[in-house]
Amino acid sequence: MNTSDPMIHVANLDKFYGTFHALKDVNLDVQQGEKVVICGPSGSGKSTLIRCFNGLEWHNSGTLVIDGIEVHENSKKIRDLRQEVGMVFQQFNLFPHLTVLENLTIGPMKVRKISQAEAEATARNYLERVHIPEQADKYPAQLSGGQQQRVAIARSLCMETRIMLFDEPTSALDPEMINEVLDVMVGLADTGMTMVVVTHEMGFARKVADTMMFMEEGQIVEISPPDKFFTNPSSERCRMFLDQILEH
Amino acid sequence: MSTVDQLGLKGAALPLQSPIQRFFGSTPVSVAIYLIIIGVICWGSYTGAQNMGYNWQWYRVPQYLYSFTDDGFQLGELLIGLGATLQLSLTAFALATALGLLVALLRLSGLVIGSAVAVAFLEFIRNIPLLVLIYLFYYVLGPIFKFDRYTASILTLAVFHSALISEILRAGISAVAQGQWEAAKSIGMSTGQTYRYIILPQSVRFMLPPMTGEVVHLVKSSAIVSVIAVAELTTFGRNIISDTYMSFEIWFTVAIVYMVVTLILSVGVSYLERRYAVDQ
Repeated sequence: MNTSDPMIHVANLDKFYGTFHALKDVNLDVQQGEKVVICGPSGSGKSTLIRCFNGLEWHNSGTLVIDGIEVHENSKKIRDLRQEVGMVFQQFNLFPHLTVLENLTIGPMKVRKISQAEAEATARNYLERVHIPEQADKYPAQLSGGQQQRVAIARSLCMETRIMLFDEPTSALDPEMINEVLDVMVGLADTGMTMVVVTHEMGFARKVADTMMFMEEGQIVEISPPDKFFTNPSSERCRMFLDQILEH
Repeated sequence: MSTVDQLGLKGAALPLQSPIQRFFGSTPVSVAIYLIIIGVICWGSYTGAQNMGYNWQWYRVPQYLYSFTDDGFQLGELLIGLGATLQLSLTAFALATALGLLVALLRLSGLVIGSAVAVAFLEFIRNIPLLVLIYLFYYVLGPIFKFDRYTASILTLAVFHSALISEILRAGISAVAQGQWEAAKSIGMSTGQTYRYIILPQSVRFMLPPMTGEVVHLVKSSAIVSVIAVAELTTFGRNIISDTYMSFEIWFTVAIVYMVVTLILSVGVSYLERRYAVDQ
């Protein structure tokens, strides 16, 4: 793979649910280390787009190449791809029957076939990085929402991912827990990770985003650097949306 | 001001039950009523038997459960039969669970042919009486595929119960949140790994209560294999009666032996359920 090739290359992507046109002719390139923040009203296709990036949804036409791997339904490499691309969900989706440590080690051990000792060392290292090393032996239900989401981030990182996708990671959290998760994400951004984040946390977006994206009705309406995006968006619709969520 | 305030009842529990309800709901009265019902049933069977001129011979029953001979303690025919019943049930249950899991996975596979095969199997088995199924296996499939009556009875029970078990497993698997599938996929797990490490361990607690019911059901329905004279509890009971004519005593005893086994199973599993509930 050429170093100048984008990490994520999306061209003319279309996605349908039955007759509903969920993604319309989406074009996007994300470079290595780039941070893209996607916002837009609900039902605009933000989640659908990033779920296509690791094969949780399949696009119907167009091209999608992630880290040199062409993504499509019959790809033999889709499991390799998923090891490269981490996903953090709105509802955390931790494995409730496993301890925090086991949540972090099961992927590396069963998928990457790494020894238990090595997997646990890596896991403890990442728990340190998300600031909850002392919770290793608890079950997810014993943790707060913010702690659970940080475990979910660590779980993805344990797979030594090259790209991290975040699908509204703070939307299900109580307000006082949002910052502890965002802090971890800012820390992650500083390490040079390629990140695509669906969120309405505009403070976070201003801090880390290289590129801001606004989606509506399955289309990219606005895509620009944050300074232009927040001060002088070219589309009227994007301006109205920002006014609404930044009002308070 | 409301009536409650006027009566000074604010904050007091409302009288929800009438005195009659309270009388019948109290523990001593419940126990008394229970004993009266049992007593009437026992007295009814006893006097009924007396009127028939039935000659009760309970003293002859214990030798069919156990005996002490010169060789020491010996199991009687009924307990040997119970052993056979348990062995039969256990083997059939293991087979039924394996087959049931296969059918459930076929049905959940999302493949049109997979779910078509599974549904056809389910409808076929569910709509045939167990007795007819056992005749099918013993008199039709047995001679064709050259298996004996014992194999026929195990296969019958396994196939019959696999249909019910597959529905229990399917419900348990479907009860695990969709997000678990997505999380497992997104760390690169295969479908097999996801089932094994993520989905099945979580569905156990949904499956445990109905599966207990199914084991109890299987132990009881295993009695039906006595129609093809497989040696087990009910068959032994029948043989003893044809030798001794003690039908009342032996059938009561056989019934109680079944009851003891199934009650032990139920209590054991409800203990397991509580443990799983704490872990979650």
